[in-house]
Amino acid sequence: MSDDKPTPSPEEQPGAAKAAPASQEEAPPKPPWEDKPVPPVPSDAADDPDVAALAAGVEDAVVEAVAFADQVTVTIPREKVLEACRFLKEERGFSFLVDLTAVDWPEREEGRFDVIHWLHRFEDNRRLRLRTVVAEGEPVASVTGVWKTANWLEREAYDMFGIHFEGHPNLERILTWEGFNGHPLRKDFPVEGIDTGAAIYPDVYPQGGGPMVDGEEKEGA
Amino acid sequence: MDQPLYQFLIIPAVKIVAILAVLLLVVAYLTFFERKVLAYLQVRLGPNRVGPKGWLQPIADAFKLLVKEDLIPSKAERFVFLLAPCLIIVPALLVWSVIPFTGETTVFGLLSEPIPAYLTDINIGILFVLGVSSVGVFGIILGGWASNSKFSLMGGLRSAAQMVSYEVPMGFAVVSVLLMAGSLSLVRIVEVQREAHMWFFLPGILALGIYFICGVAETNRNPFDLPEAESELVAGFHTEYSGMKFALFFLAEYANMLVIGSLVAVLFFGGWLRPFPNVEFLAFLDVIPPFFWFASKVGVVIFIYMWFRGTFPRYRFDQLMAVGWKWLLPLSLANVAVIALGILVKNHLLKG
Amino acid sequence: MGGPLEPLFDVEEMELSFGPQHPATHGVLRVQLKLDGEKILDARPIIGYLHRGTEKLFEQEPFNQCIPHTDRLDYIAAPTNNQGFVVTVEKLLGITIPPRAAYIRMILAELGRISSHLLWLATHAIDLGAITPFFYTFREREEILDLFEAYCGARLTLNAMRVGGLPYDLPDGWVERCAEMMEAFPAHIDEYETLLTENRIWKKRTVGIGVISAEEAIDWGLTGPPLRGSGVKWDIRKVFPYDRYDEVDFEVPIGKNGDTYDRYLVRMEEMRQSVRIIQQCMDRLPDGPIMAKVPKVLRAPEGMVYASVEAPKGELGYFIVTTPKGSQPYRCHVRPPSFVNLQSLPVLVDGLLVADLVAVIGTLDIVLGEIDR
Repeated sequence: MSDDKPTPSPEEQPGAAKAAPASQEEAPPKPPWEDKPVPPVPSDAADDPDVAALAAGVEDAVVEAVAFADQVTVTIPREKVLEACRFLKEERGFSFLVDLTAVDWPEREEGRFDVIHWLHRFEDNRRLRLRTVVAEGEPVASVTGVWKTANWLEREAYDMFGIHFEGHPNLERILTWEGFNGHPLRKDFPVEGIDTGAAIYPDVYPQGGGPMVDGEEKEGA
Repeated sequence: MDQPLYQFLIIPAVKIVAILAVLLLVVAYLTFFERKVLAYLQVRLGPNRVGPKGWLQPIADAFKLLVKEDLIPSKAERFVFLLAPCLIIVPALLVWSVIPFTGETTVFGLLSEPIPAYLTDINIGILFVLGVSSVGVFGIILGGWASNSKFSLMGGLRSAAQMVSYEVPMGFAVVSVLLMAGSLSLVRIVEVQREAHMWFFLPGILALGIYFICGVAETNRNPFDLPEAESELVAGFHTEYSGMKFALFFLAEYANMLVIGSLVAVLFFGGWLRPFPNVEFLAFLDVIPPFFWFASKVGVVIFIYMWFRGTFPRYRFDQLMAVGWKWLLPLSLANVAVIALGILVKNHLLKG
Repeated sequence: MGGPLEPLFDVEEMELSFGPQHPATHGVLRVQLKLDGEKILDARPIIGYLHRGTEKLFEQEPFNQCIPHTDRLDYIAAPTNNQGFVVTVEKLLGITIPPRAAYIRMILAELGRISSHLLWLATHAIDLGAITPFFYTFREREEILDLFEAYCGARLTLNAMRVGGLPYDLPDGWVERCAEMMEAFPAHIDEYETLLTENRIWKKRTVGIGVISAEEAIDWGLTGPPLRGSGVKWDIRKVFPYDRYDEVDFEVPIGKNGDTYDRYLVRMEEMRQSVRIIQQCMDRLPDGPIMAKVPKVLRAPEGMVYASVEAPKGELGYFIVTTPKGSQPYRCHVRPPSFVNLQSLPVLVDGLLVADLVAVIGTLDIVLGEIDR
């Protein structure tokens, strides 16, 4: 196939024509793939209907709302997580929790972790991201009561970051084993891993043992 | 003095050795046959590397199993663990003492007088077969239990329930044949089919179906292979067995398949008789030895077994039980009643 | 008399560790079962045996070097994994890819979907005791893998996409070869269906097993065929079209009862739809470049972006957080469909038998590579 400039003729490619109307004309504007990429820029999204409704429905729930790449991120205070999620599910129809994860910012002052909830509404296929800033050692409310999906995703966030989800029915490690010391996705966890020793010398880490041992006592936090 | 020794010791001994040798060879090649049949059902070639066209594959398999390390799990019940394979292989071979795979033979003219080719004909032959082959289930249960593995135990339990429940309709299916034949002797059953000018599968078509389905279940073959359901119970009752002990389970399964196949041939398809044994103008078929007829009938049954295996998914345990107790048992009972009634009508009303 | 009957024997629940080495768990899944006889009282999936820290590795490497890691998530359908990642990064960087690249990506992704569904069908059938479909499906899967090999040299871990387009154009004759295969493939699907769809035992083993209602499925976060099997018409390719899925015509099959059988039918139909997509893509395949003009070193703006693709198993999403001028993800979270789908296993198998557990694990179509990451 040729590597030179695209010569798509609209008769042959009805699909290409729609996406790249620029190529129909002889005079450039260049098609977007010939141009420099245009990165999305963040903009304020306080007037987004869902954000507005959340701000109205739950007191002090919206700290900040940013739209970036067509995705709205609402920052909510840690205390309001459960309330806001309930509200969004019950009043705004966000019945589907797509994803729940965390981000580690070890240097940040207001709190080390971002906990991210990524919600979906089926009626009009809208998505909304909730961001909660959580400091190390602070608990954040579990949303397992709102969406059952949250169960394993919260366990994973707990396992990987050590964020404690309050009210989770079964907050255990999920990808690493009980008794593993450390939270691998924290930025201060070395990439090459740590010498756990647990599998080889079970007495070194007495609270769990290797992955094949069922932990009788669960790690506290 | 000469005669009795010759008759009671040497001939049976020779026959036993011959039957065992042929049987084990057939069983070995049955595995080869099965692998080939399955392969062709599954658009592949099957074993074709060992020896010409893969014909030495069973030998290689047997050798591999023989030299394989013989593991006994450390927590296993040692004695029972060793006993179980014996318990399953002995009945599977013992049954062959009464199965009439051919009539009388002169061994290609070597003997002046024809002698029966089968080992013995006892007057309770079919009962003997049913009784002895039921002992095999103990091998499975004990093997499953003694392995001290939960998967094995569940396999053993499944198999116990399955074999016990399917033996009942199987027995009834046999009973309906017995009603028609009026004898428990397997040789006699074949002879009756010759005299009656009819093989029993015609009046006993339902019995044949029931017997065949139960036979599949009794030998733990697909779609009733739950005791060793690979995807559920790893390998069921023989999960912990390896080497020759595993081979014994394996051999027993195939020997039992052959038994079921032989009984289908004997009970329903006239054993070693050629088709239409009383029709004169088909007499040229007699050049083919009776054993061939027997073997081809068994072969067809075995082939259907393999066909099943290539076609069907596996039943679930409760469904299996439901099929056995809710369908096969009433059907077989009704079948016995109908056949009994038919015989009554034939013997009394029609003649009278 | 009076009072409940004392059990004759010492009755206790049996604990059974189903896996991690077990033929039916499709990898190193372990399910801790509590059994009453064969009845499942409680099933607890235990995962993590294949955890390789993929998300940590993403944080260490430039965007394009992350792509090989995505191959190893759902190693059955590598193209969709690549696609999910590059689509996300392109969204973050604001890259539009040339149409030819988009169409080739769709062809590869749909081939990957077919190959994944074929593997699913093979293992699902073999789990339920039907061994023959395995060999039939692998015959076709082999052809697809050959196509992959002809395209990029790899068969399983393709590493076939780049941010901004594709590393290679299609080799000569590839389209014809693929067209030939797609021509013949619907007949092969019929062949599998004759083996299973109307088979009474197959129906007995799948109809009414592992039922989940639409509401429950949404609550548990199911996506992909398990969600569609429950009757929710939801497919990322339709809802949030990426690449050029908005330009091709295809149906989203849904089930009614949300049982194993419906999920089976949904996947079978999905394969047919994939064939349709591939054929349309090949008909319209435009000439032109296969890479957008992207800088050698990709530098992202600060922000967080989530984008997802419809992987064979469900919604495969990547959530990427970047720092200003970041040349690598600061954080990259994968939303693996299998992980979330597997979570519902205890609900699906509640009260069923051990044999059904196998059917349900099969019908969820999990891949441990992406569950454990």
